[in-house]
Amino acid sequence: MKVRVRKVNPVKALFKTGGGVMRHTIQVTVNGQTHQVEVESRMLLVELIRDVLGLTGTHVGCDTSQCGACTVHVNGEAVKSCTMFAVQADGCEITTIEGLAQDGQLHPLQEGFWQEHGLQCGFCTPGIIMAAADLLKRNPNPSEDEIRHALEGNYCRCTGYHNIVRAIQYAAARMRGEAVVPRGEAAPTGAS
Amino acid sequence: MEARSYIGVPVRRVEDRRFVTGQGRYTDDIVLPGMLYAWIVRSPHAHARIRAIHTEKARQHPGVVAVFTGKDMLDDGVGSLPTGWQIGSDMKEPPHYALAVDKVRYVGDGVAVVIAETKAAARDAADLVEVDYEELPAVVDAAEALKEGAPLVHDEAPGNLCYVWELGDREATDRALATAHHITKLEFVNQRLIPNAIEPRSAIGHYDPGRDELTLYTSSQNPHLIRLLLSAFVLKVPEHKVRVISPDVGGGFGSKIFHYPEEVICAWSSRKLGRPVKWTAARSESFMSDAHGRDHITTAEMGFDRDGRIVGLRVRTIANLGAYLSTFAPGVPTWLYGTLLAGQYKTPHIHVEVKGVFTNTTPVDAYRGAGRPEATYVVERLVDLAAHEMGIDPAELRRRNFIQPDEFPYQTPVVLQYDSGNYEGALNKVLEMADYEKLRAEQKRAREEGRLIGIGLSCYIEACGLAPSKVAGAIGVRAGLYESAAIRVMPTGKVQVFTGTHSHGQGHETTFAQIVAHELGIPLEDVEVVHGDTAEIPFGMGTYGSRSLATGGSAIYRALEKIKAKARKIAAHKLEVAEEDLEFRNGQFIVKGTDRAIGFGDIALTAYVPHDYPDDLEPGLEENAFYDPANFTFPFGAHLSVVEVDPDTGKVKLLRYLAVDDVGRIINPMIVEGQIHGGVAQGVGQALLEGAVYDRSSGQLLTGSFLDYALPRADDLPSFEVGHQETPCPHNPLGAKGAGEAGTIAATACVVNAVIDALYHLGVRDLPMPLTPERVWRAMRGLPTDGAAS
Ligand code: FES
Ligand code: FES
Repeated sequence: MKVRVRKVNPVKALFKTGGGVMRHTIQVTVNGQTHQVEVESRMLLVELIRDVLGLTGTHVGCDTSQCGACTVHVNGEAVKSCTMFAVQADGCEITTIEGLAQDGQLHPLQEGFWQEHGLQCGFCTPGIIMAAADLLKRNPNPSEDEIRHALEGNYCRCTGYHNIVRAIQYAAARMRGEAVVPRGEAAPTGAS
Repeated sequence: MEARSYIGVPVRRVEDRRFVTGQGRYTDDIVLPGMLYAWIVRSPHAHARIRAIHTEKARQHPGVVAVFTGKDMLDDGVGSLPTGWQIGSDMKEPPHYALAVDKVRYVGDGVAVVIAETKAAARDAADLVEVDYEELPAVVDAAEALKEGAPLVHDEAPGNLCYVWELGDREATDRALATAHHITKLEFVNQRLIPNAIEPRSAIGHYDPGRDELTLYTSSQNPHLIRLLLSAFVLKVPEHKVRVISPDVGGGFGSKIFHYPEEVICAWSSRKLGRPVKWTAARSESFMSDAHGRDHITTAEMGFDRDGRIVGLRVRTIANLGAYLSTFAPGVPTWLYGTLLAGQYKTPHIHVEVKGVFTNTTPVDAYRGAGRPEATYVVERLVDLAAHEMGIDPAELRRRNFIQPDEFPYQTPVVLQYDSGNYEGALNKVLEMADYEKLRAEQKRAREEGRLIGIGLSCYIEACGLAPSKVAGAIGVRAGLYESAAIRVMPTGKVQVFTGTHSHGQGHETTFAQIVAHELGIPLEDVEVVHGDTAEIPFGMGTYGSRSLATGGSAIYRALEKIKAKARKIAAHKLEVAEEDLEFRNGQFIVKGTDRAIGFGDIALTAYVPHDYPDDLEPGLEENAFYDPANFTFPFGAHLSVVEVDPDTGKVKLLRYLAVDDVGRIINPMIVEGQIHGGVAQGVGQALLEGAVYDRSSGQLLTGSFLDYALPRADDLPSFEVGHQETPCPHNPLGAKGAGEAGTIAATACVVNAVIDALYHLGVRDLPMPLTPERVWRAMRGLPTDGAAS
């Protein structure tokens, strides 16, 4: 995780107040929009995103940094936003699931998850899509094993991951400019 | 133009646009003006008397609005959370208050709630609530709890016994086993699981004093049930003044069926304070406070004759119910378990006895499959082990015992009458998909090279589509289990469908819309499915037990029949012909043998602008239906898994997983496959990874976070190979049976059977789940596996 931390050393700030209510003004650009906000030193980035900025597409599924439901991009890299203090994001560019579609066009991953039934309840989905976007940037043609490995930090309890793998493969092909034929609507879907 | 068919088609899900763009709306996403935040103070002890609770310091903390205890709620007349299932007249039902009053009975039992302007303030102040506990000895293991002198969880339940339940013919079974040629016996634990939907539970109470109306937003699988329990039993406020909304819900798997203390706390405290109150579980609270699943200790014996035919099955189970009776807890290890012990086989005599036991642990209730995975585990482990012991191929032993397709309806010795099935057909299909002969040959070759490959089978049956209400009543369910639907056609021909079921991942907004679009011959885009809000939908029983399509879908179908009947009257009037002269095709009523026709849209408009209209007909086009199923549905299937065990580390790798399921008629194969995948993953999780562990002396939950409780991750699983067989259910109009639990029911036994198959020649005939590398490694070396906790 490469994150530029400006002005404030959050750990020091936290100790200075004994975990109390010291506040900082930070500036973050989220999905292209710049915000100046005052935050408590202990506020997590995910709390800033959800509770202050009202972007509720980023979810919280755990309190031990394991589930990945909170994954966003900070300066272009996937970060679990529950593992970072809001003050650490000062000066950063953040992309959340709400900022992924461009000009009304779904991102290929969003399309892939939709086409390949990569989601059921949808709760893990934003985090998994953001993690997968990071993977595809680093590895445009991942194997199934590489995809499964890259998803180690994300839990999905609904899908058994099978269709998540298909969805990411679908998006990867699309992003490589290959023609993708979604499973025909009337096509038999039997053994896959 | 032919209207398109929507049945059996993998239509992409209508609901997905909002989920892939981050526009889903889960309970915790909802912010109301003036909202307050609740944090629950939970017991750190498994068993303790509450001497006193000091709340002054917490109250004085900045931002805190109120601190309430169990006594405050009791004094205000708030009742106990009731259980909805009675097992026998003697069942012990000790009270379960939303916040503990006299004693705490498990780690995580709520003792007080702090309500503040921010979540952070509530959480900070919760640390300032001082509870004076007198610690008591605790018991977490159900067998221990039954012993003389065990700590007593409830004074009302001597010996910690909630009930003893039995089913089947004891004497006949004993006789059959006494003369059996071979008996296979297993003693095992079906370990406790923690469901762990990825969305933590959440609730918002919102009392509007001006209207005297209470709205509860809650991550629930069945909003009407919650409204009924809350209004009639717990808060005792008029039902029509309570509205329950279950918005998008991030997975349930059973754990969000039940009426939970936090729902009561938010609803009640919002009435007290006149402001909305929100609570959302931290994951560590989910681990402690979501109802757990399974937790059986079982001894089971299956007898065979010389030819390998099953002659009898005797099962003794001790079921851990936890500290209090959750909403459906008593019925899960009894009726949903004992009645499935015939499996797919012609077992002539079965007797099962179950003791339901209180312990100092989190309440246990339905978790995906609910009783049926436990039953399948008993039957399929025994059959598989017997095959090894008797030297018969496990597929062949099953074949010798299957109920045959021409034997339906089939009456089992444990109440159920199976309606239809082709068990051997499913087994043959999965063996063919796997190329079983070749697999066995490869296994043999691998073994010669020192590699441990195992092949496991699991042939399961489940009873779904809960349930005929008469039967439900006869077996102690304190509710009817019909389902409801309403269809509202709008003047422009667009259609809203209101269902009493609830979708939390199952895709009802799509599947149900497919049924409606298909039946009315209109585009899918013209149909909207509404669920989850008691102010909008007719009284429904919600979603669990793989019931939504079989019961809720059938209710929709019935309502559509009424719509079509009325539309036909309007069409006959407009076309000036007799109703019998019309046929309904492609969304049009056509005068038979002519090209005269009127479309559904014109009929809808006529119904709402009835200028030219039959005299004896009411305007409007809106119909309700309640559907009470004639029987359970009986999905079944055959699964096969292939594993490799690392001889050096004991690690099990799942190489292949194949499933052939017969879930009846399929509306959307893509969604059905998704349900199978997810179900299988959870079943594999129980076999290899998951297990809740309590410390036996302190009663602490040792697996209280994702760090200690292993959910399956993407690289723990292979891709699945899924095939279908379609035997329509004969007694509901859709022919549907249900697909939500099948994978979980089959997979656990399937994978354990594969691992034992890999190790049997080393003298390993059984292993405690989860099959962690350490346990497998020890077993291979003849070392004891007990105590080798995960
Ligand atoms: S909420 Fe961030 S990893 Fe779970
Ligand atoms: S879709 Fe429900 S957790 Fe992944």
